[in-house]
Amino acid sequence: MTERGIASILVVLLAVLPLAVNNQYVLFTLTSAGILIIAAMSLNLLLGYAGQLSLGHVAFFGIGAYVSALCSLGFEFYYGAESPLVVPSQPVWLALIWGIVVAGIFGWIIGKLAFRVRGAYFVILTIGFAQVSRMVALNWVSLTNGPMALNNIPPLSGWLPGYGVVPLSGRVENYYLVLAFGILAYWIISRIVHSRVGRALIALRENESLARSVGIKVTRYLVLATVVSAAMAGGAGAIYAHYVRVIDPDVFLFIYTVTMVIMVMTGGKGTLLGPVIGGLIFGIIPELLRHMVRPELQLILYGVAMILIVFFLPQGIVPALAKLGDRVRRKSKIGKTGVLKDSLTT
Amino acid sequence: MTVSTPTDLLEVSHVAVRFGGLVAIADMTFSVAPGKIVSLIGPNGAGKTTAFNVITGYLRPSAGRVLFKGRDLTQMSPPEIAELGVVRTFQRTSVFNACTVLESVVTALHLRGTTELLGAILRRASVVAEEQRLHSEAEELLDIAGLSHRADAVAGTLAYGEQRLLALAMALAAKPIMLLLDEPAAGLNPSETQKFMELIRNIRDRGVTVLLVEHDMHMVMSISDRIVVLNNGQMIAGGSPQEIQNNPEVIRAYLGEGLTNVKG
Ligand SMILES: Nc1ncnc2c1ncn2[C@@H]1O[C@H](COP(=O)(O)OP(=O)(O)OP(=O)(O)O)[C@@H](O)[C@H]1O
Ligand SMILES: [Mg+2]
Repeated sequence: MTERGIASILVVLLAVLPLAVNNQYVLFTLTSAGILIIAAMSLNLLLGYAGQLSLGHVAFFGIGAYVSALCSLGFEFYYGAESPLVVPSQPVWLALIWGIVVAGIFGWIIGKLAFRVRGAYFVILTIGFAQVSRMVALNWVSLTNGPMALNNIPPLSGWLPGYGVVPLSGRVENYYLVLAFGILAYWIISRIVHSRVGRALIALRENESLARSVGIKVTRYLVLATVVSAAMAGGAGAIYAHYVRVIDPDVFLFIYTVTMVIMVMTGGKGTLLGPVIGGLIFGIIPELLRHMVRPELQLILYGVAMILIVFFLPQGIVPALAKLGDRVRRKSKIGKTGVLKDSLTT
Repeated sequence: MTVSTPTDLLEVSHVAVRFGGLVAIADMTFSVAPGKIVSLIGPNGAGKTTAFNVITGYLRPSAGRVLFKGRDLTQMSPPEIAELGVVRTFQRTSVFNACTVLESVVTALHLRGTTELLGAILRRASVVAEEQRLHSEAEELLDIAGLSHRADAVAGTLAYGEQRLLALAMALAAKPIMLLLDEPAAGLNPSETQKFMELIRNIRDRGVTVLLVEHDMHMVMSISDRIVVLNNGQMIAGGSPQEIQNNPEVIRAYLGEGLTNVKG
C-alpha cells in the first residue's frame, strides 16, 4: 500500500473516532499528541529530508505560542523609551498568523547561521537558542509574566453551521481543528518533498559536494527548509497556546525537543508517515501506561520501548514496514512465476 | 609553452595552491580549446584533483586566475560555476546513495527546472508539466548512459561500474559546456572502460568540451585531442598524444616503461 493510501485511511479513522469514542480524556490525549505530531512533522523536514539535526526545535514552538498568546491578549512592549509600545489585543486568527511569521523569521536567522556552522556546532547552536528563548520568557516579566505564566489566552474561534462564529473551547472542536491542521501540515510537506525543492534538500542530505556540483545552491534551500520548518512549529505552538490557554516558560523545555526527535526517529525520519506513526505511539503510550503501572515504571518502560525500536528498527517503523511489504509482494510474485514454470515443464 | 588564444574556453593561469606548508600546485598554466578532449595526466599527488577543485570552485587558489569564457571562476561557488556550464565528477565514486537511479538524475536536472517553494506547494499545471519534462529528460540521459534497465534501483546498491555511469549521467544532467572527469575509468574492467570511452567521445561529438584526468594510458592516448602533463604541481609538457609520447621529459618524469608498451 502506498504512503498516501495509509495516510487516507488514518485520516478517515481519526475523523470518525469521536463518534465512536466520545470520551473527553481520550480526545484530550489525542489532541495534545496531534499538536506535538505537527511539530514533529516540521522537525522531520529538517532532520529527515535536509539531514540537519536541530536540537532546539522547541524554541520555534515556544516562540509561536508566546507571540500568538501575546498578540491575542494585547501587550505592552518596554524598549527603553519613556512610554511603552502598546499593542492592543488582536483577533485570535491574526495572532496565530503572527506566531507563525515570527517563528519563521527566527528560523531564517538560524538557517543563515547554519550556513557557517554545520554538524555538531549547529546542534549546539540550536540547543543554545532554545535555552536563551527560555531565559527570555522566564526573565522578561513585563512582557511574558515570567514564571507566573500568561493566563486566560482566548481559544481559537470558528464558524459552525447553525451557530455562526463561536469560540472553539470544547474538546471535540479542538480535536477536529488539530486534525485539520495536521492534514494541512502533512499536505504541505508532501508537496515540498516531492518537488524540485525537496529533491534539493534530499541531495544536501545525501551528498552535499555532489549536490553543489550539479548546480544546487544547498545553503539557499537549507534556509528555505528552516523557515518552513520553524513557521510550522510556530503554528503548532500557537495552536497549543490557544488550546491549553495558559503558557509558561516550560514550553521551551529540552524534553519537548527530545520528544519530537524520538517521534521522528522511531517512526522513520525522511518518511511522510514516520512522525505521525511515531507521534501516535509516543504520544499515546505514556497516557496508557499512566493507568496501568506506577509512575517510576512508566519512564523506564518508555525508555525501554524507545531503545528497542531504535535498536531493532534503526531506520524507524515506517521504513521497516515498507520493506516487509516489499518482501511479501516479491514472495507472492515469485510464487506465481514458480507456478508458471511448473505448468510449462509439465 | 602554451600561449592561450582568444578562442580558448578555459584558461588556467599561474594558479598556485598551498595546504599549510605543502605545495600542491606550484604554478599551473594551461588552456583548453572548445570541442576537444583534453587530458590532464601526472603521477599520484601531482595536483590533478586539486586543479579540478580550483576550477570548479571547491578550493580557492592562493594565487592565479581561472577564466572560463573570459570570466574569472576563482571567486565563484561550485553551484554558480555549474550554472555557467562547468561541471565535474569526483575521483571517489559519488552518488545519492538512498535515491533511485531515476530520482538521482531528476535531482541532478535541478538547473533545468524553475519550481520554487510556493510553486511546489501550489503545484499548478505548469509545475506538473515541468516535472514530466524533467522525468522524460532523465529517462533520455539514462538511455545515453545505458542505465535505463536500472532506473528503479537504489543508487547505493548499484555495482561499481554502474555507479560510475550514474555519476556521469548526473553530470550530463547539469548540461555542461565543459565536463571535468576525474579518473572515470578507475576500477572498471576492460569492456566497461571501452564503453566509457565511446561514451566520452559521444559526449564530445555533442559539442561538450571534456577535461579528463586518467591513469589508464591506453585510454588517454587513444581518446585525447591534447594532453597536459603535470609533475610536482608544475606543468611540464603539453601537446598531442604523439608529441607527449615522444617528449623525453615526460618519459623521464612519468611514463617511463609504460610508454613503450603503449607504442608496442
Ligand atoms: N585538502 C587537502 N589538504 C592537504 N593536502 C592536500 C589536500 N588535498 C590534496 N592534498 C595534497 O596535495 C597534493 C596533490 O593532491 P591531488 O589529490 O591533487 O593529486 P592527484 O594528482 O589528483 O593524485 P591522484 O592521481 O592520486 O588522484 C598531494 O600531495 C595531496 O596529499
Ligand atoms: Mg586525484
